[in-house]
Amino acid sequence: MAVKDRKIRVMIAKAGLDGHDRGAKVVARSLAEAGMDVIYTGIRQNPETIVKAAIGEDVDVLGLSILSGAHLEILPKIILRLRELSDREIVILAGGIIPDDDIPQLKEFGVREVFGPGTPTNKIVEYIRGEVSAAGG
Amino acid sequence: MSTNKEEWQQTTLARALKGQAQQYQNSSGINIDPLYTPEDIAEFDYLSELGYPGEYPFTRGIQPAMYRGRLWTMRQYAGFATAEESNKRYRYLLEQGQTGLSIAFDLPTQIGYDSDHPLAYGEVGKVGVAIDTLEDMEVLFKDIPLDKVSTSMTINSTAAVLLCMYIALAKKQGVDPAVLEGTIQNDILKEYIARGTYIFPPVPSMRLITDIFAYCNQNVPRWNTISISGYHIREAGSTAAQEIAFTLANAIAYVDAALKVGLDVDKFAGRLSFFFDSHNDLFEEVAKFRAARRLWARIMKERFKAKDPRSMMLRFHTQTAGCTLTAQQPYNNIIRVALQALAAVLGGTQSLHTNSFDEAFATPTEDAVTIALRTQQLLAYESGVSRVADPLGGSYYIESLTDSLEQKALAYIEKIDSLGGAVAAIEQGYQQREIQENSFLQQKAVDSGRTVVVGVNKFTSAAHKIPPLNKIDPEIEEFQKRRLAAVRQKRDNQRCKQSLDELQKVALGTENTVPAILACIEAYASVGEICDVLRNVFGTQKEFLIF
Repeated sequence: MAVKDRKIRVMIAKAGLDGHDRGAKVVARSLAEAGMDVIYTGIRQNPETIVKAAIGEDVDVLGLSILSGAHLEILPKIILRLRELSDREIVILAGGIIPDDDIPQLKEFGVREVFGPGTPTNKIVEYIRGEVSAAGG
Repeated sequence: MSTNKEEWQQTTLARALKGQAQQYQNSSGINIDPLYTPEDIAEFDYLSELGYPGEYPFTRGIQPAMYRGRLWTMRQYAGFATAEESNKRYRYLLEQGQTGLSIAFDLPTQIGYDSDHPLAYGEVGKVGVAIDTLEDMEVLFKDIPLDKVSTSMTINSTAAVLLCMYIALAKKQGVDPAVLEGTIQNDILKEYIARGTYIFPPVPSMRLITDIFAYCNQNVPRWNTISISGYHIREAGSTAAQEIAFTLANAIAYVDAALKVGLDVDKFAGRLSFFFDSHNDLFEEVAKFRAARRLWARIMKERFKAKDPRSMMLRFHTQTAGCTLTAQQPYNNIIRVALQALAAVLGGTQSLHTNSFDEAFATPTEDAVTIALRTQQLLAYESGVSRVADPLGGSYYIESLTDSLEQKALAYIEKIDSLGGAVAAIEQGYQQREIQENSFLQQKAVDSGRTVVVGVNKFTSAAHKIPPLNKIDPEIEEFQKRRLAAVRQKRDNQRCKQSLDELQKVALGTENTVPAILACIEAYASVGEICDVLRNVFGTQKEFLIF
């Protein structure tokens, strides 16, 4: 639950082995410039580290960036572990090279939205504001 | 009638435009005038700035005959799933007229984890082919004789391991390693800056690289021992000028490292090769390739006192810019790739990869990669652009841009020198910060519409038409694990262990590591087992600058 007047807290995480961090860094900076508290994990983070960091940082939103094609394996692993360790409602977002066909499956696992190549950064900012204020009141 | 450029701008042009001309800047922050004239290259001296193709400073190309002598090598970067699947793709590409191979490895192979390592979960065979042992390599090159093909391998922190696999395979095929032709990327510095598949800290990483230089000089003399890459630096968001500068600054660091271990510059410098991006701004890109060639020639001659002209030649591979591919209206990408490929050819590339139009979604399908290859063949055989060396040379605009880019790149190199060289600058996060800053500015320009991306922020369409995509069967991870387990079962495990122990001893000392790695490979040790030994001795590197 977002406490009133608290800044929205977001973690942008690079899951898996890929080093493509251009998108993740641009999104992280755009969210920070939009007034959110942003933690960026750096590349090559494993699911356990990401989950523990997200819980430790008490984030409202976890944005997972992945361009290696391992999204159907790695993202569910992160989400399941997060649900195991925390009751808090964290909005999970994904970005990267993710074919449209895989999106329904990711959403079933609990990814709230997927932002692919070409997404304007303000669209992500607005989406997060909408989701977090809806949840936190 | 105007007698100079300024007069023309203020009279004839101003009347036509009804005011001042709009200001434009290219990616490198260079102001672009509406016209270029002899005034823009007033100090220009033909022989010292350009000279002739095949002669210092090689601005016009490294080969005297350029594409009349031999066309560029058409080399599509490919690899996915298992060795069997990738072998099929390579043979298909060769049948379609491709003239060189380029191997994409999956991330576990690139970072030194076996397919059964927990961190390899979900990644096996995804962005490239999974290679665990020599047995996979035997399958990968089945029916491809290594003395008949040149092979480029995008492999960096595990470059020595994969090179040894290639050598071991050649020996098994009865091919003398001395005739092998190809390239390993082997460029760890840009991994720290932009690409991310590093394992070890800089010092042991540089040792592995100079070990390879020395080993190949003796045993695999026709091999390009490194492909110093601006591609990933540009893809991560740098400008064209930064792409030249950060690449050449890395190259300077490699040359310094090799000299420091006692190698003679003219013994190894001729085997250095380069790899650049080809982005959207056609003239800026052509000028970039020319500026890089001239600047490198000058650096090798003046800074490193090379004597052999081959040491001064910047030979390069080009790939069209993956970051310009759009998921929206994906068929437009075919046109983008064609223009970027044209820039590479006008810029005198030695080999070329053209991206497939579906790569904003997945690794390419056979149909998509065929169109990409045909794009190169159209350029080579229909367009006429291959007939004349450096056909844009002498254009006031191109020469002015080439000069400006060289100056800008040189200023960055001087800055890096002042920070203590490329390695020290990376440790301080300098290049990473520059790239990060520029990529953010680029995104802002796209978001605001100042930079137009057709189909994304202009001329958009509601219909989202997605081509059929290449899907990697998740079963292949299990298949690959089973094959690795079978190799471990049937190999001579005592010999394997001895070779790994010996590697540890060599790594702890100062001897060349390559022969010890080769012995491990020939005993069917896996990529992960070899890298574990090296991780234990060398330690591992964390990200230098996160944000």
